[in-house]
Amino acid sequence: MKKTAKEIWVFGDYRNYFRNRVTLQLLAKSVELAKKTGSQVCAVIFGNGVQEYVNEYIAHGAEKVYVIDHDSLHEYHVETYVVLMEMIVRKYQPEMLLVGATCFGREFAPRVAKRVHTGLTADCVDLEINGDGLLVQTAPAFGGNLLAKIITPHHRPQMATVRAGVFKELPHDYHASGKVIPIPVPKRLPENRVRLIRSKHEPPRTNRIEDAKIVVCGGRGMGSKQKFKKLFALAELLGGEVGATRPVVYSGWADDDSLIGQAGRQIKPLLLLSFGISGAIQHTAALSDAKFIIAVNKNPEAPMMKMADVAIVADANQVCSALIREIRERIRS
Amino acid sequence: MLKLIVCIKQVPMVSELPWDSRTGTLKREMAEGMMNPACKHALEAALRIKREYGGHITAMTMGPPMAAEVLYEALTLGADRGVLLTDKQMAGADTMITSFTIARAIEKECPEFDLVICGSQTADSETAQVGPQLAEELNIPCAAYIESLECKDKCLRMTRLSDDFLETLEMDLPGLVTITTRQFRPRYATLSGLEEAFQFSGITTLNAADLGLSPEQIGMKASPTRILDVFSSTAEKKNHVMTGAVKKILEEVFEKFGDKIGSAMEKDLKTHEHSD
Repeated sequence: MKKTAKEIWVFGDYRNYFRNRVTLQLLAKSVELAKKTGSQVCAVIFGNGVQEYVNEYIAHGAEKVYVIDHDSLHEYHVETYVVLMEMIVRKYQPEMLLVGATCFGREFAPRVAKRVHTGLTADCVDLEINGDGLLVQTAPAFGGNLLAKIITPHHRPQMATVRAGVFKELPHDYHASGKVIPIPVPKRLPENRVRLIRSKHEPPRTNRIEDAKIVVCGGRGMGSKQKFKKLFALAELLGGEVGATRPVVYSGWADDDSLIGQAGRQIKPLLLLSFGISGAIQHTAALSDAKFIIAVNKNPEAPMMKMADVAIVADANQVCSALIREIRERIRS
Repeated sequence: MLKLIVCIKQVPMVSELPWDSRTGTLKREMAEGMMNPACKHALEAALRIKREYGGHITAMTMGPPMAAEVLYEALTLGADRGVLLTDKQMAGADTMITSFTIARAIEKECPEFDLVICGSQTADSETAQVGPQLAEELNIPCAAYIESLECKDKCLRMTRLSDDFLETLEMDLPGLVTITTRQFRPRYATLSGLEEAFQFSGITTLNAADLGLSPEQIGMKASPTRILDVFSSTAEKKNHVMTGAVKKILEEVFEKFGDKIGSAMEKDLKTHEHSD
């Protein structure tokens, strides 16, 4: 293993800056990790006219910012960014490289890892430093009822991606100062093999579920597509929204937009009704802000039942039907 | 006519899995498998390209011998050939080494390919890393999370939704794309079709030696990442567990928690059966 610089790098994924705070969240976590390893927290930014982001990252914990700022980088382009990151990782040899698990980051990070031949852990839910000074990455494993602690013992940098919302950003510090390292863009950048013809900002698809006070969520335990439809009737009665698990979306019982989970939507309802869901971590990771959870499942040992306030051991479909009747009767006109 | 390679993976069908605590890996041979959902969509994309432009589809998978099942399924649906990479030495590979191994098999079995199509991610580990890393390994252009495809003169035009940006992209073939589950809703294999496929001998099985790979280059041994520990993620809280007749349970729910349900609904609910 080559000797590495005592630096933790965070990739500056600034596209969609006001919606996507993951870079700031990773900087905050890096500040915590750096205290254990005695490292410097560094941000890395590529683009054209990115000074405002340099300032933002310094105000949020970066002690040093590597910047490649050039006209030719006006497009947010995976392939170019991969080439640039490979180049500077080889030159500066950071210990760790953290990347936000945006769509962009999830294509960018594996390609960088491949080029510098190191390990990468996707969608970490925790990062810590162990007694040997190694980065211990906690990530969902094998369908998600299990978490795995993963290390990269001999390859550098140690790389991880993390979803937005896992860590909390530090407050903006106007007095913070940091060192800026400008890096010239290489004379001969390889031609982009993937050409960006058009890029149009799409307003985010509906976020009604994210803001709903009541969410009715269903899993495969509802039994069938037909029976799953009852959840919509229940949600309407309650004035709530319907969410679904990954297997339900895969089966075509509900559409992609209703996916609740790490890869889908995060919710924060006052009341969550969970029907026939076993509770894989990819799903339950999105539920931590639910205030009161009633879960229905035949299996009392299912993780979803363990994290519920009220765990009803019964057939999900049957309880759903009965609940619709009960609510109708109990609403005072 | 396009030479297509679809990389598919067999994933366990159940979420509760047999686990080998000694080696820290999954006892895959004990779980019932299915074709990974995003891989089904990838195969569907290949089938539509084949119908539209003409083509030859090689379905490739790496896994234990039972992973051949997903190749038979692919053959039933219209793939022309199946390639199974199976070897105990290949087990426990992380994404870095998985993509390395698959790339060597592609170079050996179908070096003249035009397009490699992968599912964007698997249902078991959801890393979404193998596709992009395979493109790097083959040194071809790559576009992930593709939702539509059009091909003209070996140039591929694609669209994708990436972080709230609707992007239109173009790349010259050969190249690699990964397909999400948003589009290309898959067709299903019929049982009689599957039976037919099992009698079909279009599957090539390769081990590490066939690919000229030594044990040091593959599997867990060669992988940069190591699993230290595996544990249950369940955050248990003190809760009310209710069993018995549904009617009785719900009465109790409304009696004890009707106020919580009512306040979330912003409605006044009767919490007792016979209250006023």
